[in-house]
Amino acid sequence: VNEFAAQAETALGDRTLRANLTAATTTIRNRRATVVAEVPEWEALRDRAASIKAHVLDHLSAYLQQFEAAATSRGAVVHWASDATEACRVVTGLVRERGASQVVKAKSLTSDEIGLNEQLEAAGIRPIETDLAELIVQLAGDRQSHILVPAIHKNRREIRDLFNEKLGAGLETDEPAALAEVARVYLREVMLEARVGISGANFAIAESGEICVVESEGNARMCTTLPETLITIVGIEKLLPRRDDLPLFLRLLARSATGEPLSPYTSIWAGSSPDGPQQHIVLVDAGRSTVLRDPVGRQALRCIRCSACLNVCPVYARTGGHAYGSIYPGPIGAILSPQLANLGKHRSLPFASSLCGACYEVCPVKIDIPEVLVDLRRRIVETEQGLRPEKLAFSAARLAFASGGRIALAGRLVRAANRLRLASVAPPARAWLRSRDLPPFRDE
Amino acid sequence: MHFNSGYANDALWLARRQVKALQRYSRVVCSSASCTAMIRDGYARLAAGDELSDLAGRTFELTEFLAGLVFQPGSRDDVRVAYHATCHSLRSLRLGDTPRRLLAAVPGVELVDFRGVQECCGFGGTFAVKNAATSEAILGDKLDALAESGCQVVTAVDSSCLMQIGGGLSRRGSDIRVAHIAELL
Repeated sequence: VNEFAAQAETALGDRTLRANLTAATTTIRNRRATVVAEVPEWEALRDRAASIKAHVLDHLSAYLQQFEAAATSRGAVVHWASDATEACRVVTGLVRERGASQVVKAKSLTSDEIGLNEQLEAAGIRPIETDLAELIVQLAGDRQSHILVPAIHKNRREIRDLFNEKLGAGLETDEPAALAEVARVYLREVMLEARVGISGANFAIAESGEICVVESEGNARMCTTLPETLITIVGIEKLLPRRDDLPLFLRLLARSATGEPLSPYTSIWAGSSPDGPQQHIVLVDAGRSTVLRDPVGRQALRCIRCSACLNVCPVYARTGGHAYGSIYPGPIGAILSPQLANLGKHRSLPFASSLCGACYEVCPVKIDIPEVLVDLRRRIVETEQGLRPEKLAFSAARLAFASGGRIALAGRLVRAANRLRLASVAPPARAWLRSRDLPPFRDE
Repeated sequence: MHFNSGYANDALWLARRQVKALQRYSRVVCSSASCTAMIRDGYARLAAGDELSDLAGRTFELTEFLAGLVFQPGSRDDVRVAYHATCHSLRSLRLGDTPRRLLAAVPGVELVDFRGVQECCGFGGTFAVKNAATSEAILGDKLDALAESGCQVVTAVDSSCLMQIGGGLSRRGSDIRVAHIAELL
């Protein structure tokens, strides 16, 4: 079953959504291209970042232990979670111990990946998203459709109507400033009352135990400083060895993600201080150790979640993020999500690519996404059981391609089938003929 | 096709035959960027070591090969040509504007620009049938851009992309025709 193809139909049939997506991704793509062109040493920066990340992955357990020791010595409490369930249990337990009935959240993909909000709600705790786009998605009971711009599929009018309905905003205008003001007033109050904050991490520094979060709005900074307790959820692949590595990654991330020289807010903190929140850090594996064991696929763990690959992808621009059915959509999602699930889920995603290579070209940490896609296809095909029609067709094609004479014979057969209109019977040909003719297949 | 679809064993079998069939030639010229990229990059991924790697250094994409020669293209009746820069020509072989420069030197050929010239046509081998609707959506935008360009012929260095674009043009009843770059040079 091709889940992706089925889920893509909705977006492909929605002309407005497709126009919105094309406009939005084209804007970010062009902005990125402009600011990347300002950095003549860009390729060297990519190489360095890729090798630092690869080095961390090669020595991950040592760096994790170094991070734990450094963070602990500065007053943080470090927890380890081997899977999503354990991570959610740790977080829920910490919130309960403090008797809090609601928590404020800074944008965290890892928390979405582990399904934290659902688990908190099941425990009677209300999570409130404070990133504007995440708040929109949460209020609408919707799902994220982009790594960086989770509400990219919604337009201003829809957001105004949502705020009027859910926050009683009473707005007539859909001016961005007016919409932002509604969110600001609502969130300010929520944040001042919050006793527990939850955040993700863009980077975690092994030598210093520091956490770094970048954002555009300043809400994450409030989330991570105002409450009495801060719980930071960190995927184990987020480590960098040294503090001196940060500037390189901050440059690459901001230019690749939003097309800015630096993100408007960069927060770096470590441990607990008398005037700040009590720090808890949850290090989450959730499939990453398994990904690490694959020599080709492990490079996906270098990802710094910039989403540049989404914005250049011809598939993502047409289908949007929901078609991927995963927290990580787009090209990076197509290689990360199936691997995190050890190929137990998201098996259609590696096939949802024309292998055009635009993603690899923009990736700031040089993840060869097409290479990983092809290798995942191999791993998936090799685990499919039984004599499937597709497998037989590929065996037949292999024999047909084995010599020039056979290719010519196959060509004659195709021409004959074409004349008899037999082609319209075979499923692959039917899919092709939906909107395309076959070439005339001239006799040589 | 087999390699990119996950059938690595079938692909390896074919690659070995290909290497054997071409072993007595000192230069192999290939009229497809995608096939050239398979020999150069794909073969090394199929089999580590030297077994298949020797062919890579002797294989050239057509325009890449022609650009290295003193090459005098024939002249043509006046024709407006759109050059579609295919993904493998750009991002695997890094041919850049080599094919375009060769085309520009053909008397009678007038090159016209179009939107999204470096964007995928949506073919992607089995992607075109496995995710037919998405492939069609990508193709649709490409066809719109070509129609706006006022070209009479669309050309490329890959027949597979031209099969996709040509199939779509034909279904739309367009007068634009597709021609492999070799036909124009």
